Amino acid sequence: MTDLDYLKLSKPAKMAHDLGSGIAAIPGRIVKGFKGLGLWFAKVFRGLGASIADLVTTFKDGDWKTRLSYLVMGFGSCARGQWGRGILFFLFQTVFNLYMFFPNASLSGCYYLGKLSTLGTVETYKEGRRTVYGDNSFFILLYGVLTLFFILAFIYTWRLNVKQNKISEQILKSGHKLKTTKEDLSSLMDEQFHKTLLALPVLGVTVFTILPIIFMILVAFTNFDATHQPPSKLFTWVGWDNFRQLLSTDTAAYGGTFKQVLLWTLIWAFFATFLNYFLGMLVAIMINKKGIKLKKVWRTILVMTIAIPQFVSLLYVSKMFAQDGLINTYFMKWGWIKSPIPFWTQAGWARFTVILINVWIGIPYLMLIATGILMNIPADLYESARIDGANAFQMYKKITLPYMLFVTGPYLLTSFTGNINNFNVIFLLSQGKPQSLELAGNAGYTDLLITWLYKMTVNDTNYKLAAVMGILVFVVLAVINLVAYNLIPSVKNEEDFQ
Amino acid sequence: MSKKNKVPEVDIVVDEQAGVIREVKPEKTRSKKGHERRVNTSIYVILVIMSIIWLAPFVFLVFQSFRSYALESGGMVDYLLPKHWSLDNYRFLFDGSNFFPWCGKALITCGIAAIGQCALLTLAQKKLSNMDSSDKKGRLVWLLCTLAVGLVVFLALAAAVQGMAFAGNVGKICIVVALYLIVGYIMARMFTKQDDRLLRQIPGYVADEDSSPLKKLLSLCLEFLAMDLILLCIVSPMVTSQYLRWYGNTLTIALFVAVLQTIIVLSVSYTLSRLRFKGRKLIMNVVLVLGLFPGFLTMITLYFLLKQLGMTGAGAVPGLILIYVASSGMGYYISKGFFDTIPKSLDESARIDGATRFQVFLKIIMPLAKPIVIYTILMAFMGPWGDYVFASYVAFGNVPNYNVAVGLYQWVNVNDYQGYFTRFCAGGVLVAVPITALFLALQKYYVEGVTGGAVKG
Repeated sequence: MTDLDYLKLSKPAKMAHDLGSGIAAIPGRIVKGFKGLGLWFAKVFRGLGASIADLVTTFKDGDWKTRLSYLVMGFGSCARGQWGRGILFFLFQTVFNLYMFFPNASLSGCYYLGKLSTLGTVETYKEGRRTVYGDNSFFILLYGVLTLFFILAFIYTWRLNVKQNKISEQILKSGHKLKTTKEDLSSLMDEQFHKTLLALPVLGVTVFTILPIIFMILVAFTNFDATHQPPSKLFTWVGWDNFRQLLSTDTAAYGGTFKQVLLWTLIWAFFATFLNYFLGMLVAIMINKKGIKLKKVWRTILVMTIAIPQFVSLLYVSKMFAQDGLINTYFMKWGWIKSPIPFWTQAGWARFTVILINVWIGIPYLMLIATGILMNIPADLYESARIDGANAFQMYKKITLPYMLFVTGPYLLTSFTGNINNFNVIFLLSQGKPQSLELAGNAGYTDLLITWLYKMTVNDTNYKLAAVMGILVFVVLAVINLVAYNLIPSVKNEEDFQ
Repeated sequence: MSKKNKVPEVDIVVDEQAGVIREVKPEKTRSKKGHERRVNTSIYVILVIMSIIWLAPFVFLVFQSFRSYALESGGMVDYLLPKHWSLDNYRFLFDGSNFFPWCGKALITCGIAAIGQCALLTLAQKKLSNMDSSDKKGRLVWLLCTLAVGLVVFLALAAAVQGMAFAGNVGKICIVVALYLIVGYIMARMFTKQDDRLLRQIPGYVADEDSSPLKKLLSLCLEFLAMDLILLCIVSPMVTSQYLRWYGNTLTIALFVAVLQTIIVLSVSYTLSRLRFKGRKLIMNVVLVLGLFPGFLTMITLYFLLKQLGMTGAGAVPGLILIYVASSGMGYYISKGFFDTIPKSLDESARIDGATRFQVFLKIIMPLAKPIVIYTILMAFMGPWGDYVFASYVAFGNVPNYNVAVGLYQWVNVNDYQGYFTRFCAGGVLVAVPITALFLALQKYYVEGVTGGAVKG
């Protein structure tokens, strides 16, 4: 289709075409992504090859200080007077060796690494009254991953150490001086300032986010659950069994429930995002309308739901809607209803109530955002529209909405993602209830994937399925983000409107 | 288009009696005004109804917290206004604690100490301004001596009024001395140098550079008071009830997280916004991908990691601080967006003048970043108050180490909530009031951060 053909299309047809081409572009993007990944791997391998070649030539051409550094890290640096760096390198090597070959075998890295393929073979047993502990699969997996991290870090540092020697030799050969330890330290506040600033955050994220995520991804391929709980029981690798269990639709499996929960999660995220979005925008337009007084007061009143901690407001409101809560009792007193409305006990009502209360929580937030953006829309746009005789609704449709959508495109995406993972609102309001025997794994009708995951972890200790679910949530979010990335212009080229 | 032809909005009427042509405003304009008024009225109606809906639950919460526990039921009832107003529920929250006597004594102790410390510091400032500025050692000794005298005053008062014993408290007193000297030194240096750029980042610090000396002195006094109060909590803690213990836990967590998380978020966002280095894009992409994993996927692993460090159950408070702070580097988007808007030419000119990157960060960027600093502190401080998931998992069953959210959730959902409902209401009010006040006071910064963050994505 040429551009001319495109322009001739009617509006709905245009939108359909955009949507179609956007979705059609996704396979292409995925292929491109894989291609990029392939290229990246090729680059990495080429880099590795070059690295090894460089190691050999450095060894051949280097002096004895450099050569000895291959064995004793930091020796070269110390020998050339860079004590600070040398000692750090040496310390790292010592710690690494100590960890890997600790005298007490069951605490050393090698032990965990060796057991990683089986996750432990020695069962815990009872000898009379005494319990003799065998292998602990959990620690084997955890420390195995940690050891792998450590080994990678060691290889990187070792390579860095060799590179340092090469560079120092070159600098000395060219007749310049090497940096002293003091200069090294002061450069950490200047040229190398990013290292100082990022050291702690990167360490924190690596140990407390990346390591646990990798660990849990691995758990998804084991049978770690209530019946295989260390230290009394071992667990082991089972391949893709857990994925099969969660996704297959046999009667005993979780497939049906998973589909139901996923569907509700998407519906919930859709309403929670867009209902709040449009209502919030509407409220912002009303408050910001010319001639409305006490703008600040209205805003402050609405903002109360953001200010008050959610566990107070949501827990209280959930009790207000309870069977014997204020709403039901007052409605009955006034004779509006005969029997209590089953706000939390009937699937349809519960879902409706959750979305309704989320509007209460969400509108103020959107109102604040929309207020900021509305003020940025050039007033002359409205002026000229008014001269052309447009009414309020037309102006909203043609000016406000497109502008808002364009500017808040990225926000809508993050908000949708955030709502899929919106634990607090669901958990504090309904705890996922009402439950039903038709749903497996204690899931309820208002359970999102994330609250179901929580139940599996805390109530059922079914870690393997929780891990699988976490991976699936990731997949769902990644797909949504990929699609949105293709469809929302302002996500793609963020610079355009700035 | 047809409307365009109607542009002359006045009718022209020839008034033959007067012999003039008159312009008469047509009906339409008047009706337009009426229309406008009707629209505005309906908007007011909608806004009033919304305000009622938005505020009603909180008003109900307050009403029910005053319902008498002894004379009426502590559960849910079918009427709103209590028949017997009383403070029963609030009294229950403080049961078994020496909260009020402690607070009274603490205010006396810390108030006198703070006034004394400020007076000493003013003296020191007078003395220092007369001293030779090259005599760095002498100045330092003078400052430290002043601080030491202030410390002795504080400890003596704590011992006299609070009845704090020195024997058996040596470890705590050492911590207090160290903290006092460090914080006091920083505050004193800024005060005496008249360089309070960093100090002004603290939200409670009211004085500006050009405000009167009296105001400066007053704000310094308040800061010493706050510090003394915190130190007093360490050396002579109050006897707490269950609820106060939870409250204290949450407050401790929130204060620590507010400081540490702000430092981490600001350094990450500054680095990613301003400094260019190898691996910058990689870090941003990795954070993007990590953000797509649901948060509690990592919960069990974190629990076991913390268990190895002895930070679960009884050590839940430091454990939670560690968890919150460790992964906070990933939430850098909003403040990075802010740093992106500060012109780069500022950095460059400072660099040409010979400032190091660290100096640029501390002396040029930070003073300009006050709104985002306050926004970050506010968010970091409010976060721990609402966290239920990690707090309940890490403290698992160890009731004294719950935070408020977990404790109140247990009251209302797990315990017999019919008996604890009004107590939950009272507890909720005591949490909500200070947090809401803080939020509303700093609302301006919140709006700035939120709108900026949403627009930039």
